[in-house]
Amino acid sequence: MIDYSKILSNTVQSIKPSGIRKFFDIAATMDDVISLGVGEPDFQTPWSVRKAGITSLEKGKTKYTSNSGLEPLRREISNYINRKCNVEYDPSHEILISVGGSEAIDATLRAIITPGDEVIIPQPSYVCYEPITALCGGVPVIIETLAENDFKVTPRQLKNAITKKTKALILPYPCNPTGAIMERKDLEALAEVLRDTNILVISDEIYSELTFAEKPHVSIASIEGMCERTILINGFSKTFSMTGWRLGFACGPKEIISQVTKIHQFAIMCAPTTAQYAAIEALKNCDEAVADMKAEYNRRRRLIVDGFNKAGLTCREPKGAFYAFPSIASTGLTSEEFCERLLEAKHVAVVPGTAFGKGGEGFVRASYCYSTEHIIEALRRIEEFVKEIEK
Amino acid sequence: MRNEILKLLGANARYTVEQIATMTASTPEAVEAEIDTLQKEGVICGYKTVIDWEKIDATTVSAIIELNVVPKADLGFEEVAEKVASYPEVEAVYLMSGGYDLNVVVKGKNLQEVSRFVARELATIDSVTSTATHFVMRRYKEMDVKLIETKKDDRGTFLL
Repeated sequence: MIDYSKILSNTVQSIKPSGIRKFFDIAATMDDVISLGVGEPDFQTPWSVRKAGITSLEKGKTKYTSNSGLEPLRREISNYINRKCNVEYDPSHEILISVGGSEAIDATLRAIITPGDEVIIPQPSYVCYEPITALCGGVPVIIETLAENDFKVTPRQLKNAITKKTKALILPYPCNPTGAIMERKDLEALAEVLRDTNILVISDEIYSELTFAEKPHVSIASIEGMCERTILINGFSKTFSMTGWRLGFACGPKEIISQVTKIHQFAIMCAPTTAQYAAIEALKNCDEAVADMKAEYNRRRRLIVDGFNKAGLTCREPKGAFYAFPSIASTGLTSEEFCERLLEAKHVAVVPGTAFGKGGEGFVRASYCYSTEHIIEALRRIEEFVKEIEK
Repeated sequence: MRNEILKLLGANARYTVEQIATMTASTPEAVEAEIDTLQKEGVICGYKTVIDWEKIDATTVSAIIELNVVPKADLGFEEVAEKVASYPEVEAVYLMSGGYDLNVVVKGKNLQEVSRFVARELATIDSVTSTATHFVMRRYKEMDVKLIETKKDDRGTFLL
């Protein structure tokens, strides 16, 4: 009998599996689960984008593209980022088209981490940063963002987390699961701390289009002195409802992007060709479709925040992404207990905040990428559940 | 705001004033007032429910009738269109471009009733020169509502 635990990588084995496995299993036994648990849009990819993908297949565009991705797409991305973030990236050397924002994050971390390097990761946040850092031999250093700071990273927290070994800060805003955003003044305060260091910023801006504040999304790359040390990561999954197409990009100084591209070349060759052709159409012609989707998300956002507050679960207004992060402290239950009991009693699925880091204790994540009718029904059941606990 | 209210009520006439107010970052009073105005202006003309009568076994037949009409000097098609629209059997009347003039949707209990209505009431109207009746075999989508099996949400229950 082979003892696989002696053969598999120690690092891999030490990475804890996703904390929501058991919820999957419970939910799988139920018939009428109303889920607020997914993290991908319910909208279809705009038809013109799907058509562009189909047309590229009909024309036989099924070969590898260049490692960095199709040149017309890199040009469109450069225009897009310039238009949205006021930062110029040279499409020839400073942009890599990747398999989703996920691969861009992975390849970037692999390109910059020497084993022992520290990577500052704010939590609660998306689950991949810690394990990928560990897999590269890096040391995750967690900053616990707080509700009272609207889950933003403060300059003081950043200063306290920096050591001689700090290689990079991951800055995921707008943020999954908290829905938090960082505005210009918040980013300028962090830039003050970072400007004279050698610390890089990996800015995961995948939810950039879903910003519901007065001012549009600001990238830290546009702040003075930051472009030379920022790798801006974004993609097509959330903005254009293209999750399954697997397409993203990394922008940054050519010295960094060339190394990230090297890894990408060996590991992946190129991002899916069909997706790249479709993405050109998305960037050229889908502003209106994106605006419509955003308006619809905004209506749902208001509905879900109001619903949680009415149910007695304090929910601060999330200004980005498509998640509400209400506090369940008033129930006296832990996040996991709340989710388990809500699922059993009312067949409503939400994700415990602890799935995103220890700082998520006392919170749950509810997505609003569902129809308003679906959200209204879920909120009704949640309100009933909270009343029943109070008794 | 009125466009947003119309979009929401157009999608689901059963949204409450409170829900619409929440979704449009307004107040129930302001939403109520705007709906009132839209009704008075005739922008909102009615609230109807989309019903699939076949599912409860009720006998009902629909037909689409193409009418050709000789328009009147001053009134054009208005007089005929109004007369056709006044019948309770008539669900919809549209003036059309192309091969015929008025598109009329008629509902009845059965084939004979609809045919009799067309022959006795529509074909006999003074300016109507011809009718062509097409019976609806199956309804798939109406007023933006799918009547056939709706697609299940094939995303998982959880996904980070």
